[in-house]
Amino acid sequence: MSNVLKWFTRDSFILPVVAIIMGLILGGIVMLIGGYNPIEAYSALFTKVFGDMYNFGEAVREMTPLIMTGLAFAFASRAGLFNIGGEGQFLVGMTAATFVGVKFAGLPIYIHAPLALIAGAVFGGLWAAIAGYLKAARGVNEVISSIMLNWIGLYLANLIVRQFLLLKGENRSVDISDTASISLTWLSELMGNSRVHMGTLIALVMAVLFYIYMWKTKQGYEIRAVGYNPNAAEYAGMHVNRNIVKAMFISGMLAGLGGAFQVLGVFQYQTVMSGSPGTGFDGIAVALIGLNHPFGVLLGALLFGTLTYGSAGMSFAADVPPEIIRIVIGSIIFFIAAQGIVRWVLKPFYSKRKKEKVL
Amino acid sequence: MDLLTIGQIINTTLVFATALIFASLGGIFSEKSGVTNLGLEGFMVFGAFAAGIAAHYAQEAGMGGTTSAWMGILFAVVLGVVVSLIHAVASITFKADQIISGIVINFLAAGSTLYLVKLLFEGSGDSPLVQGFSKFDVPLLKDIPLLGEAFFKNVYPTTYLAILFVFLTYYIMYKTPFGLRLRSVGEHPSAADTVGVKVRRYRYIAVMISGALAAIGGAAITLTTTGTFSHNTVSGQGYIAIAAMIFGKWNPIGAFGAAVFFGFSQAIRNYVQLFEWSQSIPQEIIYMLPYLLTIIVLVAAVGRSSAPSALGEPYDPGKR
Repeated sequence: MSNVLKWFTRDSFILPVVAIIMGLILGGIVMLIGGYNPIEAYSALFTKVFGDMYNFGEAVREMTPLIMTGLAFAFASRAGLFNIGGEGQFLVGMTAATFVGVKFAGLPIYIHAPLALIAGAVFGGLWAAIAGYLKAARGVNEVISSIMLNWIGLYLANLIVRQFLLLKGENRSVDISDTASISLTWLSELMGNSRVHMGTLIALVMAVLFYIYMWKTKQGYEIRAVGYNPNAAEYAGMHVNRNIVKAMFISGMLAGLGGAFQVLGVFQYQTVMSGSPGTGFDGIAVALIGLNHPFGVLLGALLFGTLTYGSAGMSFAADVPPEIIRIVIGSIIFFIAAQGIVRWVLKPFYSKRKKEKVL
Repeated sequence: MDLLTIGQIINTTLVFATALIFASLGGIFSEKSGVTNLGLEGFMVFGAFAAGIAAHYAQEAGMGGTTSAWMGILFAVVLGVVVSLIHAVASITFKADQIISGIVINFLAAGSTLYLVKLLFEGSGDSPLVQGFSKFDVPLLKDIPLLGEAFFKNVYPTTYLAILFVFLTYYIMYKTPFGLRLRSVGEHPSAADTVGVKVRRYRYIAVMISGALAAIGGAAITLTTTGTFSHNTVSGQGYIAIAAMIFGKWNPIGAFGAAVFFGFSQAIRNYVQLFEWSQSIPQEIIYMLPYLLTIIVLVAAVGRSSAPSALGEPYDPGKR
């Protein structure tokens, strides 16, 4: 019992929770200033998400790619890398999955769908590995190279869709074959015919695998060591450069898989995009809220997905512009990043706790 | 291709480059002082928003097109400085991760500007169309062949202002004591502290200048090319400005060159249909070219550590 209590009073639990509460309060204040009723707005938000099975399923669908891009960012962070390229890796993975889904028609379902998923993961991984390689071999800052790769990935995705996969007269690819689909009929029917798919289950498995790999294997230990102090890791005989490329590859695999889910599970085709979908950037927010821990990422995606999906209901029922949710999420990350502010707010409580100990 | 077309391409290039020049100069100020600024995109969004709103209300109040446009610039500067304080407080005072703090700025910008636009204009996602700056011709100079078409015909005052700021930034950064101190704070903060330079104060000032300049960049987009503010007015230009800053090795002149290069790659899209040889190249390849070239230059760059040495590190006076 005391163990559980200790876990709940840990800083890594208290700080994000307080940051979330402060973010929600700040959002409420902004609503008040705008002349809206925050309580009405927030309750409309939660009613939208948890009010019926269909919307809950759709919210889960919305969270799934966020879990993947969130895990991707968190994984690279553990190796001391700032992978801001989740966006590009997501798009490249999406395109690879579409390509396999469309072009490899005729394969049996138990080969085609996994192959499409693997293609998405591998190409997402390779896309990220470019940034990893440039960092390891040439010292190019991965933040900059991955921003560039985001744009190149966007245009490459459009190029491939337009050159090889285009549905005549439309600005999108032809549909993938049914054998590549990862829709789950029973789950979908269970959740009010929403577009939930197998990807959600894979995402949960990935979070667990992330945890096992990072904290229970030698390779994970090396990646964390490199992230913590590359010089010490080098001195201890670890290959820093190899670990950087490896960490980026795995990170990109996770993001690429997230992109594959969107095509194979939700849309069944890929459009020619005028701009990035933003899922990769949102994944950064999810990972930051989850403090770069895989299970934190799950909670971060739950929060992020609930807020974004629910914001539609908020604007419908309470007429509040849904953009307010971006302010809330931005403030939450701000308070988590600038922990000093949260500690300052919590100061009275901390000193009280110390006094109790003395007594 | 005739001289007239070449002149027009150069002209369009400069229009597209204007916003990038301002924002990348802003980035230089912040990063030279040691504060990473990934929030340029957000500052540009805030600037584009402030300019659209202020110019609209100034016009409503009966001011002329040009006067209201200058009001737009003024308000962009004010808002840019105010929101830059968020980044400064988080990353300098509270020692938050500077990259994260920059991302927060981008998040807040995307959310709050659209929220406010919808609030002010009854649910519309765009601000009302404003007149903005009008194009003008420079007398006499406009008649020079090629050069006249390129630099002195159909020009915006913001373009000239941007070029002026390039030299101004260079002068401030390398020829004044202020610039020397600012750079010293970014290269070796504890040494600067030892000789009496107030590290945190200089970083605050640098981040505020950064926010103001990036906001002018955003304002220039609203007041010249789009005439209105909406969610896609800035669309990634802040990230390109970051690339221009690095491409130009944190030097104002270099960043100017890089911004012109990126501006050219945007302008060329408008003219690509004019050349026969380009018809067979898919447009996406032309679009991705500038980003590809940036990576190639980064890889090939000799003396790659041209970033300020204390970049990204919060200053801790106890840690010498």
